[in-house]
Amino acid sequence: MRQGKYPFVIGFLIAPLALYGMFVLRPIAAAVQVSMTNWSGLSPDFDFVGLENFQKLLDDDKVWLAAKHHVFLLVTLPVITIALALFFAFLLNMGGGTRGGTMTGVWGSKFYRVVFFLPQVLAVVIVGVIFGRVYAPDDSGILNRLLALFGVDAVQFLPEFGLWSILGVLVWQAVGFYVVLFAAGMSSIPAEIYEAAVMDGASRVTIFFRVTIPLLMETIKVAWVYLGILAMDAFALVMVLSIDEGGPDSATTVLPVQIYKSGIRESDYGYASALGVALAVFTIIFAVLSLRGGKRNAVEH
Amino acid sequence: MANKSEKRSSAGVLNKLSHVALAVWAILIIYPLIFTFLAAFKNNTEIFIGNPFALPSNWDFGSFGRAWTEANVGTYFLNSLFVVSISTFGTMLLGAMAAYVLARYEFIGNRFIYFLFIAGLAFPVYLALTPLYIVVQELGLLGTHTGLILVYIAYSLPFTVFFLAAFFKTLPNAVAEAAMIDGASHTKLFFRVMMPMAKPGLISITIFNIIGQWNQYVLPVSLLPGGAEGQEKWLLTQGIANISTAAGYQADWPALFAALSIAIIPMIIVYTIFQRQIQSGLTAGAVK
Repeated sequence: MRQGKYPFVIGFLIAPLALYGMFVLRPIAAAVQVSMTNWSGLSPDFDFVGLENFQKLLDDDKVWLAAKHHVFLLVTLPVITIALALFFAFLLNMGGGTRGGTMTGVWGSKFYRVVFFLPQVLAVVIVGVIFGRVYAPDDSGILNRLLALFGVDAVQFLPEFGLWSILGVLVWQAVGFYVVLFAAGMSSIPAEIYEAAVMDGASRVTIFFRVTIPLLMETIKVAWVYLGILAMDAFALVMVLSIDEGGPDSATTVLPVQIYKSGIRESDYGYASALGVALAVFTIIFAVLSLRGGKRNAVEH
Repeated sequence: MANKSEKRSSAGVLNKLSHVALAVWAILIIYPLIFTFLAAFKNNTEIFIGNPFALPSNWDFGSFGRAWTEANVGTYFLNSLFVVSISTFGTMLLGAMAAYVLARYEFIGNRFIYFLFIAGLAFPVYLALTPLYIVVQELGLLGTHTGLILVYIAYSLPFTVFFLAAFFKTLPNAVAEAAMIDGASHTKLFFRVMMPMAKPGLISITIFNIIGQWNQYVLPVSLLPGGAEGQEKWLLTQGIANISTAAGYQADWPALFAALSIAIIPMIIVYTIFQRQIQSGLTAGAVK
């Protein structure tokens, strides 16, 4: 019955594997190799320089700044996004109080779910350009105009609070995704658990912290990994929104921006590849640590 | 009794507060988009000095025409449409083929190839950015849509294979066996029986890929360099980023906002129609 299995299997795998090997695996292997050379890309010959590029990387102030920014985003982005998303998801699913012993969502929760998720389908680049006007430094900017209502002087968002401004856009765009994710998780929690809690006279705040969050822990961990990976990126936003593509004076630079600048712009291929390897190591360590933390708990369930 | 009414009134306050919180966030999401649309009708002075909450002084549609023709947004839009349609189709076809044989056929090296694909999920695209540029250049595909389409497909394969392989595994064996007894070939079985059965999974991942590829920025900006000829090949995200960074205060800002509106409005319409499928498509990976 399974005659001709191998020709079929090979036929189906050859094209995907060829493309994947050519454009993903080969460049990854080359990145590791090139990272140990001084190839400028312009000259055909180059030397093996061992770990020299990595030495240079450790002495590069901009790299340390970029790493610092990643650590900042790695902490703030998941914490703020997950907190807001849990809060909104809880309100959408259970904010309406109890009716007949079951928790109901607030009025209009469908509308909110549609609106909150919307930024997720917009290109980061486009969002970045729009936020240029949201953050404008005088009262022609949306945020400053609102602050002026409360008598606050115009805030220089991008020049003085560049990284916080970038963070704000990342949160703005991400929250809706996790609202939908958590709301789905919450609705799969059996109603009896809530009914029992309500019968015991637990308030909504208690239910939120004692019932909902512990039961959603697995989903929250997935969210943490996703947001962490997002914190390692931020390329498009920094390129479009920040002053001087990562400025002012490298105040908002991130590793992908440094890779792009030294690789594509300055053709310093060896060094750019070393930066790429560093970023990949950074990302993989983060993902492995987070997932291992998650696994241990999954076994207990 | 007193306790009960107290509880009810505090619940009422909580209810109102939750409405306020949700409404504030909704406005924070919607207003920047409304502003963008309104700014397309304003003039430079209104955008840079005026009240961001004011309506435009006159409703001049000219900016849309200027954006479409003079700023080349029309070309960029059609380029994006062209590249993403072909690359998403290619991703789904090749991804489904690979996922299918990996999920349902036993052969030597199956596990190895599967993990090779999954490993791609762990590496950020930036790691290989420079070597990728060189590979594409060596193949003579730098600055071409063909090159970009192939790269989009290659980079979309890990997630597509990962998700669809899981999906193909859940499909029942009985139907496949019946088709084989009827004398269907492996290829026919795949296209006529398995693909239709896998439709829900295929739709989710198609949406995931369309949105991801449509919004892609770092790959086009690296692989479609500018220059007099090169710029005609640009995609929408890249074109808009360029207009905005190159634009000084003298530039045609209403046209930029018209360009943004042109890019956003189709997305909003498509999203509103298919929001349920899009939400499940995009969150599918996280739930799995």
